[in-house]
Amino acid sequence: MQRLRVAGISGRGLVVALPYLWLLLFFVVPFVIVLKISFSDVDLAIPPYKPLLEWVGKNSVAIKVNFNNYAFLFTDSLYLHAFANSLKVAFLSTLMCLFIGYPMAYGIARARPALRNVLLLLVILPFWTSLLLRVYAWIGLLKANGVINNVLMSLGIIHEPLTMLYTPFAMYVGIVYSYLPFLILPLYANLEKMDWQLLEAAEDLGCRPWQAFYKITLPLSRNGILAGSMLVFIPAVGEFVIPALLGGPNSLMIGRVLWDEFFSNRAWPVASAVAILLLILLVPFMMWYQSVQARETAGSR
Amino acid sequence: MTSSAGGVVKPQPWSDPSARPYVEVERISKSFGDFKAVNDVSLKVYQGEIFCLLGASGCGKTTLLRMLGGFETPTSGRILIDGEDMTGVPPYERPVNMMFQSYALFPHMTVAQNVAFGLKQDRLRKPEIQERVATMLDLVKMSDFAKRKPHQLSGGQRQRVALARSLVKRPKLLLLDEPLGALDRKLREHTQFELIGLQHKLGVTFIVVTHDQEEAMTLASRIGVMNHGEIAQAGTPSEIYEFPSSKFVADFVGSVNMFEGKLIEDEPDYVRIGSPELGATIYVSHGISAPPEAIVWVAVRPEKIFMSTAVPPEGTDNVVRGTVQDIAYLGDLSIYLVKLPTGKVVRVTQPNTSRHAEAIGWDQQVYLSWDATSPVVVTR
Amino acid sequence: MNYRSSFFILTCIGMGFAFLYIPILSMAVFSFNASKLVTVWDGAHSPTLKWYYSLLNNEEILDAAWISLKVALINASGSVILGTLAGFGLARFRQFRGRFTLNAMTTAPLVMPEVITGLSLLLLFVALEQLIGWPAGRGITTMTIAHMTFSMAYVTVIVNSRLASFDTALEEAAMDLGARPVKVFFVITLPIIFPAILSGWLLAFTLSWDDLVISSFTSGPGSSTLPMVVFSKVRLGVSPEINVLATLTLGVVGAVIVGVSLWMARRAKLDAV
Repeated sequence: MQRLRVAGISGRGLVVALPYLWLLLFFVVPFVIVLKISFSDVDLAIPPYKPLLEWVGKNSVAIKVNFNNYAFLFTDSLYLHAFANSLKVAFLSTLMCLFIGYPMAYGIARARPALRNVLLLLVILPFWTSLLLRVYAWIGLLKANGVINNVLMSLGIIHEPLTMLYTPFAMYVGIVYSYLPFLILPLYANLEKMDWQLLEAAEDLGCRPWQAFYKITLPLSRNGILAGSMLVFIPAVGEFVIPALLGGPNSLMIGRVLWDEFFSNRAWPVASAVAILLLILLVPFMMWYQSVQARETAGSR
Repeated sequence: MTSSAGGVVKPQPWSDPSARPYVEVERISKSFGDFKAVNDVSLKVYQGEIFCLLGASGCGKTTLLRMLGGFETPTSGRILIDGEDMTGVPPYERPVNMMFQSYALFPHMTVAQNVAFGLKQDRLRKPEIQERVATMLDLVKMSDFAKRKPHQLSGGQRQRVALARSLVKRPKLLLLDEPLGALDRKLREHTQFELIGLQHKLGVTFIVVTHDQEEAMTLASRIGVMNHGEIAQAGTPSEIYEFPSSKFVADFVGSVNMFEGKLIEDEPDYVRIGSPELGATIYVSHGISAPPEAIVWVAVRPEKIFMSTAVPPEGTDNVVRGTVQDIAYLGDLSIYLVKLPTGKVVRVTQPNTSRHAEAIGWDQQVYLSWDATSPVVVTR
Repeated sequence: MNYRSSFFILTCIGMGFAFLYIPILSMAVFSFNASKLVTVWDGAHSPTLKWYYSLLNNEEILDAAWISLKVALINASGSVILGTLAGFGLARFRQFRGRFTLNAMTTAPLVMPEVITGLSLLLLFVALEQLIGWPAGRGITTMTIAHMTFSMAYVTVIVNSRLASFDTALEEAAMDLGARPVKVFFVITLPIIFPAILSGWLLAFTLSWDDLVISSFTSGPGSSTLPMVVFSKVRLGVSPEINVLATLTLGVVGAVIVGVSLWMARRAKLDAV
């Protein structure tokens, strides 16, 4: 496409300048500020942190970089435990999403086109309804006098209600439930592009269906699996709502820790430090996701 | 005066040194990173011509066309249209229009709106636009489809609309990118002649890009054969076919038998070439320009080879003996692959002039010969 | 292609969809339950619409819904503009300074945990307020800015991918016929990719309407959104009015999605370019 010059300024520049500057100001700069505040002290003021730069005398400025917050996080086992637990929960949830979601994505991709659209619609529909409300639905199902217990008790399968709510079990159910569409959609997009004749060729050459799946479909859908997994794993690590509503005291997730530090303890510097550490933890995965996406689009061009 | 299939009954302007070219490509090159798509190409196209750029995919013909249209900027060189330097001019400011390979009809507009689009950009008055659109649709026989949308049309119909849209602005130059590629064979033939008729009527200069030789030979007043970003040869269809300037051109256009050999005798009015491949000497009744002992290639077209079961008379030049290895019967002609004692396979075509002719069969011993004027000797 | 799927696959699909829908449907069913305990069916007085009346008269919820609506509308419209510009730039301009950064900035929000985005934006607003006096306190403005920041990333991805499968010959043909690039965008490109932009708008609207975490961080007194109100109620346990809200939401979302899908299916022929 040709370069357009309007009053000497490249037209292209104008087009991308607006979103670029917006994101620079409202996405990137905030992270710098979080970094800065993670190095400052708590203060009984509004805002509740000491400024980073302080005027000392007339012509000099002192920067106080306080590593206390980080030291605190590393020494208090609560935080380390929360980070570790978050990773574990996110990882296991991703696996569970894969086990449930892969067959679904596969089945939809192989369905007749008319049916396929309907099925996709049914997958997308929950995604468009509020996460909050869907998680709430599980409260109603899992609590002591909730639907599941009532049904099981009335069928005589159990005699006392099962404790499901406010346990790690409930949290896993909630996360898998909420993030399942996020795995199915990119995986479906990848599977849909597959040349199904490859499987027919494989079977023609003597491969059994399960082998064909393992040797051909699975490797070819690798990018879809990775993309979908990242879309589940990365946000799940920092998930707040589900642990807050369904999880109990012994399933501490880092998202909840950050929230509590911020809102309950008013410890903004500590919360910022938590955020920075979480970010550092997730950046490698985000970059991996970016590279998978780039490979996927390059492969389809 | 020539009346060629190019449809333009005019003297050949390209052989007139004082004629001014309408489109002039001066030493154009285009590189994409390290890859040189077009390499130092120079061309002159004259008004009213249908000039075809012919080549395989990747030879640079489409890139050259796009530079003429303004969609790519040349890395070096100049483009002049009607005497004006148009090298850096964007497409919306050139008096050039293009017909795209995919037709690129605007799907959300009707046929009439598509054709009117270019005129609207020129800010013509509504009545004039309507009139010109109607005339043009009439010319391409699509008047009944004015209110339809592209997705409701067949391939051939879309092609006509694309043509109408690109001609309605009466451009000085029309660029066509594989215009007949998407049509089936019968439609293609029919449309080829329609295209020529239309061009003749409107007097627009055409530059066509195609990989189809038959298309180029039918449409063009002149052909530019391209290879690896360069023009291998430019000339009329018969020049290209009968007087190829290189092995590549000889081989690319039509089929050819190529015999490698060395000059034995080199005289101004004849040459004799010894060819181990052929297993005989070739006598060519015109002189060539080559250093002594040079390796040359003799190109003989399949239709110019005589084949018979009878032994040719004593003293005939250019005779070899062979065995018929394969026959392909195509209805109007037959292709014979004849294996020589040296191992070389020669391709011979013969028209099936009689319905009951004594057919030459497989494994038959035949004699091949050709006239001394038939071969073309190429030195590269 | 053989469309028959194995029994195994069919079972998986069936169970998967059951898993997805049973919770939602159970919520809907119990919205008609007269009992305040929600999940204990009160056969004597149910089904009833009393909680529906109650919800639609609940001032707190209605006010919050109104605020959510305002924010979502402004957010959707603003994000579509920003996202379309970014998506167009990334799809059409092969090289420009800052391309890598723009690409990174528009894909990171898709996976970033909301607590991080929310916290960082709040700290930005606080710092800005200290520095230049704007924004004065947190409220609808700051929430809208925050929402637009992450919504535009989604719109960018949608527009970018739509443009990638768009035949550039159409744009070139328009330029060839005399239209300048800006005109080509508005007269040719935009009308053809309109369904993608519409999906982007709907997505941005929904993301904003449903957002809890970022809104909590960036809102101020008196600007509680619907999710924030729902969250505070739901922390205390089940509430029949929330069931009603869920059912109504599902109904509206379902109707809109089905409607838009049908409309897009009819337009599908144009989408073939």
